[in-house]
Amino acid sequence: MKISEIQQLLDAKVHCGQEHLDQEVSSACGSDMMSDVLAFVKDQAVLLTGLLNLQTVRTAMMMDMKCIVFVRGKVPDANTIELAGQSGIVLMSTENRMYQACGKLYNAGLYTEGSEQ
Amino acid sequence: MEPIKLSFNVDGENFVSAGEASTAVKTTLKKMGFPGDTVRRVAIAMYEAEINMVIHAHGGTVDVEICPDKIVIVLADKGPGIPNIDLAMQEGYSTAPDDVRSLGFGAGMGLPNIKKYSDDLEIETELGVGTTLTITINC
Repeated sequence: MKISEIQQLLDAKVHCGQEHLDQEVSSACGSDMMSDVLAFVKDQAVLLTGLLNLQTVRTAMMMDMKCIVFVRGKVPDANTIELAGQSGIVLMSTENRMYQACGKLYNAGLYTEGSEQ
Repeated sequence: MEPIKLSFNVDGENFVSAGEASTAVKTTLKKMGFPGDTVRRVAIAMYEAEINMVIHAHGGTVDVEICPDKIVIVLADKGPGIPNIDLAMQEGYSTAPDDVRSLGFGAGMGLPNIKKYSDDLEIETELGVGTTLTITINC
């Protein structure tokens, strides 16, 4: 799935990384605990989260993720957007809640690595 | 190749800057052409340890030695020390305050994660004196 499709499915607003929307991603995960993301996630390229701070971007950087979706309409601050922009990570915000957002993407074929429908 | 040595100070009062040292090391390893899996293991283990330093120990120093066959990261702090290493190594055990959890950390996965992603982990700790972690990751 292209990142642009995620944006459309979630009706999300893109904050940075517009130039990377054509990238393909094959798996995603959802969590507000970065410790859990670092522990259990292997090759997920997309992180859905309600956690809004700079460490969300740093966690994604360490995990080589390509896109962060902030749920519940949360909007990152300028520093967070700048760091993500420098790192080539797409940031977007959706009004969907976590469960809805994950459900929509899963339903469209974006699974967690190792899971099958 | 002579080992390459990098040193960093981790500011214990600044949660926002936590992870800068790990980011710098990750960038260096990538540029040097280390395999992606090795780079990621180093980045995650060091990042967890760096976050721990900020949460629990008011910061400290990090020394990284990059050899062709392994990367050794030594993180030293003058924090309170770890009262019970066995408990601290259990997944889910955490002494982090609630405000840290609201920042997305403190789930009790820090040290277990560091162990999981490293080939060797040594912990020297003394109550009231500090803690030194030596993380070795083979290439």
